Amino acid sequence: MEIPAIVGAGLVVIGAGIGIGRIGGSAMDAIARQPEATGKIQTAMLIAAALIEGIGFAALFAV
Amino acid sequence: MQRKVYTKVLVAIMMLFAINLNAQHHETSSNSHEAGITKESVKATIDHHLIDSYGFSILHGVGFPLPVILWNDNGLHVFSSSQLHHGVVESNGDYFKEAHGKIYTTDAEGNFMDDGHGHHVHPLDFSITKNVFTIMLTVLILFFLFKGMAKSYNKQLPSGFGRFMEPIIIFVRDEIAIPNIGEKHYKKFMGYLLTIFFFIWFLNLAGLMPFGFNITGNITITFSLAIMTFILTQINGKKDYWMHIFWMPGVPTPMKIILAPIELLGVFIKPFALMIRLYANISAGHIVLMSLIGLMFTFHSYFAGTAFFGLTMFLSLIELLVAALQAYIFTVLSALYFGMAVEEHGDH
Repeated sequence: MEIPAIVGAGLVVIGAGIGIGRIGGSAMDAIARQPEATGKIQTAMLIAAALIEGIGFAALFAV
Repeated sequence: MQRKVYTKVLVAIMMLFAINLNAQHHETSSNSHEAGITKESVKATIDHHLIDSYGFSILHGVGFPLPVILWNDNGLHVFSSSQLHHGVVESNGDYFKEAHGKIYTTDAEGNFMDDGHGHHVHPLDFSITKNVFTIMLTVLILFFLFKGMAKSYNKQLPSGFGRFMEPIIIFVRDEIAIPNIGEKHYKKFMGYLLTIFFFIWFLNLAGLMPFGFNITGNITITFSLAIMTFILTQINGKKDYWMHIFWMPGVPTPMKIILAPIELLGVFIKPFALMIRLYANISAGHIVLMSLIGLMFTFHSYFAGTAFFGLTMFLSLIELLVAALQAYIFTVLSALYFGMAVEEHGDH
């Protein structure tokens, strides 16, 4: 468990967190604008979040 | 009406307590050292949960052995995994011993043999291990549940299990298959998509049960699932699909030459990402959950124990969501890749 590895893991989590946070935020704005499209927006948000989480986990395991 | 709801909620909460039967499991198996529960014994318990093993050992002394099936030049060797605990096993003139969860060929005293390249000699292993057994069990459960559901449609309306599953199956068809694959070709892939969805969902749920069936947290399992999606997309690729990979239409020629290797890499990276995503999500969830339960015991104070218990319960609920969500994501992405493979010209 060296220090560079730990720092790298922390950076990966920050990146994934920022990415998914932004997606969530845009999704909330979109739902507020058009409540009847909630289903589609939720689906798209989940797919995008899962893709970003995939990268995050892959990097975390590589570290 | 209010009282009925309250009793149901109370029963549900009490059943959630059952998830922390996990805690009992770890207590008994890590109390084998005199020092009690230490960081090392927690780590050993977590590793024991994550890996496959040749027999069931639910608690100390409770469990049953599974058949070990090996194949080498001398033919088939079958014996019970309980013999592996005693050291060297003799079968039809060959000796086998287990080390680090794998079986190796040895001589009569138990020394490992080396082939020319520095590796230990091992036979081909076709054993029914814990994971294989659980997968077979899940397959049987799925088969009988859905067969019963199909039969109940004889009366036009499903009943029982069918009532619960019909909206989900319609969801898979209308929200996952048709938007991604299109009206023309979706029927070919519905069987695979439905199977993958329920299979991964049920396997993830099995991983959350108290006795340690960590299956989708095993990279070989997710590798096989991703390989199936990969093979299906390549088999069903139409001419437009291959054109888009090797000679992308609509861009200038230098770009086409640059894009070809990148697209080819993408063909392999997409199933690879499917494999890593499912594996990492599920195994990371298990590690975090079990580390928290271990933390519950290492701080020898009631306040910390209660606090970590609450956190564990909360995380278990999130893990339930992740189980269904990862199954959904795998299915959606598989449908997306199928859609790209069978997409016909004129959709641009």
